[in-house]
Amino acid sequence: MLWAMMMRRLLFGLLTLFAISVLVFVGTEILPGDVAQAVLGQSATAETIAALRERLGLDQPAPLRYLAWIAGVLQGDLGVSLASDRPIAAMISSRLGNTFMLAGIAALIVVPLSLILGLLAATRPRSLIDRAVSHLTLMSVSAPEFLIATLLVMLFAVHLNWLPAISNISSADDIGALARSIALPVLTLSLMVLAPMTRMTRNSVLSVLGSPAIETAILKGLSRRRIVLFHALPNAIAPIVNIIAMNLAYLVSGVVVVEVVFSFPGLAKLMVDAVGTRDLPLVQACALIFCSVYVLMNIFADVISVLANPKLRRSA
Amino acid sequence: MTLHEQPVQASTKSGMLSPLGLSGTIAVGVLISFLVVGLAAPLIAPHGYSEVISDMSFLPVGEAGLLGTDYLGRDLLSRLLYGARTTLLLALAATAIAFVFGVLGGAAAGILGGRWDMAMSRINDVFFGFPQIMLALIVVSAVGTSYTVLIVTVGFIEGTRVYRIARALAQNIMTMEFVQISIARGENMGWILWNEILPNAAVPLSTDLGLRFTYSILLLSALSFLGLGVQPPAADWGVMVRENLTGLHFGAAAALMPALAIFSVTLSVNHLVDLRLSRMQRDISEELLS
Repeated sequence: MLWAMMMRRLLFGLLTLFAISVLVFVGTEILPGDVAQAVLGQSATAETIAALRERLGLDQPAPLRYLAWIAGVLQGDLGVSLASDRPIAAMISSRLGNTFMLAGIAALIVVPLSLILGLLAATRPRSLIDRAVSHLTLMSVSAPEFLIATLLVMLFAVHLNWLPAISNISSADDIGALARSIALPVLTLSLMVLAPMTRMTRNSVLSVLGSPAIETAILKGLSRRRIVLFHALPNAIAPIVNIIAMNLAYLVSGVVVVEVVFSFPGLAKLMVDAVGTRDLPLVQACALIFCSVYVLMNIFADVISVLANPKLRRSA
Repeated sequence: MTLHEQPVQASTKSGMLSPLGLSGTIAVGVLISFLVVGLAAPLIAPHGYSEVISDMSFLPVGEAGLLGTDYLGRDLLSRLLYGARTTLLLALAATAIAFVFGVLGGAAAGILGGRWDMAMSRINDVFFGFPQIMLALIVVSAVGTSYTVLIVTVGFIEGTRVYRIARALAQNIMTMEFVQISIARGENMGWILWNEILPNAAVPLSTDLGLRFTYSILLLSALSFLGLGVQPPAADWGVMVRENLTGLHFGAAAALMPALAIFSVTLSVNHLVDLRLSRMQRDISEELLS
């Protein structure tokens, strides 16, 4: 029963991924005119356009090109970059690791911190911390990513001169230098998601705390700590996991601006540069990776919330 | 606590206080002044938006112009004023598109139900499964960037969000007896949409209008910041952050000011949305208690 449900979610996720791959492909196909013309621009001669058309296989019908592309992707062959003529898989591999490191470290900081702060706010409604969380959330959903980044650079890189404003991780030869060079990007990403995550944790714990089960636990005379940790928290896991997954998926888009601000050599910076030079195969590959991570994160959240909630498990 | 005392208290309170309170009034003031200043930019800006007024770039506040100069020695204040115009008008246009298509599509899906609803909602789900900025990046890489592309793309992305809300609202309203009666009376879909669905969905949709506007501003200025949205020398707040970013390294605040301008607009709108939501909750509880 549970397995059938999980398989169904997984299948739906795979379908979404398929639809996204089609969309990524079609998105870069429906140009007014021709890809070759658009990429080469006004100065292109008839021969260079013809050569590029042949290289891109534009003489083939679109569905065939899609199949060839997706077959290659599944075998790890992402094609060749138009701008640099290098295989895309090689260009991406090192960048991908950097981006995952950035988002991963931010997640490691934010997830436990937001859980602790959210619990504190939920157990002390209308306290100083509760009101602070509520105001900070309003501010952080309103703030553009580059505002947080510029303020941090102003403070830590310019005035205090503690940390570099440009994240040059390739010249970092030991762990200390690496930590210094990624400190500001990680801090920016963390600040972007900390307040909303804390707020949503607080709300889901609060709604559980109002339930009859908790009332019973209070009437039984259990200690406050026991009620929160062993009775309220397990019931709040499903919504909290969803919040975490949603925000980690949000990191995917946050990372785009952050990598550009700090010139961080990650996948998102590569993609933005590729959009600028209209290197379509490279854009397609990067978009596919980002969207897949996003979809997988959402499937993961679905599965966890089913596992954590006996009621959902049975009804599914 | 007696139940009938509360609504009386609540209504006298809301009658006596100004409807927005101090912070709400400030928020409205910020929005109106940015809009007025943006629209009147050609009249009130001391210099043109691409006019170089000094050989010195990144002059501090108070020297050469009220707010100093940008990386090319242009007047920062003038560019901020013209930027208000670009940024706010683009976001307003995108929000309008998002609403027209999101509400019409969502309401149609809710009214029609069945196979139409299925087809439209699944397609919408696919676009929903995209991180917003990815969708925008794909479109811009394919067709390049222009005001039209930006407005339509961001309008479409936000429209998929409006669609969800409009559909859910329409579905709820469709189950109401007065709608069932008009269906039995033989009214057509357009009549039901205009006379039953829209009037009843207007209030909850209005809070979403504010949220869509802030998300449109944030997405548009993120694209401009990445160099993929509004193109220089046009003045736009996102563009201004990007082009003045180098000044940050030696302490020039030129990049900070447009970022703060965006923040003050989005914060004001979000605060007003919050106020409205809490007022709606109070209205509902008053209704339930009386």
